[in-house]
Amino acid sequence: MANHSPLRFKNRIFYALVAAGGLVVLMGLYAAHMMEGHGHIITGMNNQIVWGMPHVFAIFLIVSASGVLNVSSIGSVFNKPAYKARAPLAGLLSIAMLAGGLTVLMLDLGRPDRIIVAMTRFNPTSVFAWNIFLYSGMFAAVALYLWTMMEKRMNPWSKPAGLLVFVWRFVLTTGTGVIFSFLVARQAYGTALLPPMFIVMSFAWGMAVFHVAQSSIYEWNEKLLDPYVQKRMKNLMGVLVIAAFYFVAAYHLTNLYFARQTGFERFILLDGGIYPLIFWIGYFLLGNLLPLLLIYHPALGKSRSILSASLLIILGGFSFLYVFIIGGQAFPLSIFPGYQVTSSFGDGAIGLYQPSLPEIMLGMGGVGIAFLITTIGVRVLDFVPHELPKSA
Amino acid sequence: MSDTNEMSNTSEQRRQFLKTSVGAAAVAIAPGMLMFDMAHGKTEAVSGKVRWGMLINTANCEDCDECVKACNKENGLSGGLSPTDSQWIRKVELKDMRTERSLALPMMCQHCAEPPCVDVCPTGASFKRADGIVLVDKHICIGCRYCMMACPYKARSFVHEPLHDQKPDVPRGKGVVESCTMCVQRIDKGLQPACAEACPNKSILFGNLNDPGSEISIKMRTEASTQVRADLGLDTGLRYQGI
Ligand code: SF4
Ligand code: SF4
Repeated sequence: MANHSPLRFKNRIFYALVAAGGLVVLMGLYAAHMMEGHGHIITGMNNQIVWGMPHVFAIFLIVSASGVLNVSSIGSVFNKPAYKARAPLAGLLSIAMLAGGLTVLMLDLGRPDRIIVAMTRFNPTSVFAWNIFLYSGMFAAVALYLWTMMEKRMNPWSKPAGLLVFVWRFVLTTGTGVIFSFLVARQAYGTALLPPMFIVMSFAWGMAVFHVAQSSIYEWNEKLLDPYVQKRMKNLMGVLVIAAFYFVAAYHLTNLYFARQTGFERFILLDGGIYPLIFWIGYFLLGNLLPLLLIYHPALGKSRSILSASLLIILGGFSFLYVFIIGGQAFPLSIFPGYQVTSSFGDGAIGLYQPSLPEIMLGMGGVGIAFLITTIGVRVLDFVPHELPKSA
Repeated sequence: MSDTNEMSNTSEQRRQFLKTSVGAAAVAIAPGMLMFDMAHGKTEAVSGKVRWGMLINTANCEDCDECVKACNKENGLSGGLSPTDSQWIRKVELKDMRTERSLALPMMCQHCAEPPCVDVCPTGASFKRADGIVLVDKHICIGCRYCMMACPYKARSFVHEPLHDQKPDVPRGKGVVESCTMCVQRIDKGLQPACAEACPNKSILFGNLNDPGSEISIKMRTEASTQVRADLGLDTGLRYQGI
């Protein structure tokens, strides 16, 4: 195929993209600097909503970083050539998002300067401490995996390395779910359903992120995705979205009927103001129904609509996490069951939270980091999926 | 009895762990920290013999906040009530939804024997002293707020702004989490916590739960008292009467 656009023009766009990404990252860093100087008072977080927008971004990035590796796992562990060709790109995306998510998490700390303390002191009973270990191990595992794939001599090792990554990411996503599962006193969390729910959600979100990256790269290189591969990947994504939705439904139903947390469920699903709105419109309608329609409707399902579906799934992921993390904290703790409670510290009252610009900028900075690493990685190293002839 | 044995067993383990985690901090001596460490070392010798606790009689708590004022003064808190201000102790108004009986009580860190905040803290900054007081080492805390998520009693505050005019014997810091210390600085001098001393009705009884002859133990043996959310099994060091 003749390449009509002059190379120089493309180079320019590349630098423009890098500059734009860099700017977003700089804004994020500036926000972190402001937060460090003024304290968290300039965020919307407070003593009731202690985790806010940065955590929504960070957890999305980290969970998707694990999920995107689905593509490589299917390739190496289950030996599917169409996926194998995409494994390096999946690995790169994973490292990029992990880096972005962890940076946000770290810069949101009250004392980011003490990150060394977090790495050198390890409280073995803390899930959070395990996660610090799991996240850094994940970097190493994926880097090793990438190396075995890209270095010819190391190719024979790529299968065991793939297996290591496969197992590691399961543990990692489980660990992320367990962070919340351990919060037994909070009605929104503290259920054993969370780890599997996070695993399945990670698959769906990771797949969506992969699709967005892949479509952009193909567009850029003026390549067309093999319709067969496209069909298989989109069907898998559809199944994953349905599976994730199943878990979310199970989570709410368990709360309703078994744990008898009807008050909390009413709040999140019906009368909690912004939270039910985001849940039903952002998560359910835009994040599930619409993408499924785009994927499965016979008249649709072409690459454009799959790209839109992927973007919507990502939006749905953010909506879900916003409701889960922030809505979950906004609902008051039940310290005195059976009593109506008031105090100067927000006991018995719905927590107020208004995300502020700095914390959104910080979160976006994390996305910017992921974007930059991916863009530069794809350009400098060869991460474009090469279809093996006859990929079926 | 086997209960106390179990308790001292876990605190034995925790103490071991604490030794390692607090050890390094002792080197990075800030004046306030030195105090915490000394206090920690001192009580270690009497561990198991002492578990500080409080028994709060809620009968006279309505329309009074002397304990809150005394705490703010002792610990140099601003007394501000915005959602970002620290409140180590607060008055909670309760109304029984069935009987409509209303009451009020002071709420603060319950100094759990099995503190979730300590379990989840990634760095070990949240720790339980040998005498049962749960503290945050403000030099190790990274400000992740996981302990605030884990505490069932909403006992902790995060310092959202730079602080001025701190009290020299109550170290605090922006970006770290803090909560009721049971006034360690006073206890280690042989005094009572400020709230207990200030209560005009003598409703806060402070003492050693592990000494069967202490006033608090005797009262708990002879009168009914409850732990808040006893169902969570955290074995709180604070007990209430009248709820
Ligand atoms: S009341 Fe909360 S802060 Fe205090 S020891 Fe228990 S869990 Fe920790
Ligand atoms: S905020 Fe500080 S004390 Fe609380 S869990 Fe994090 S490091 Fe530990």
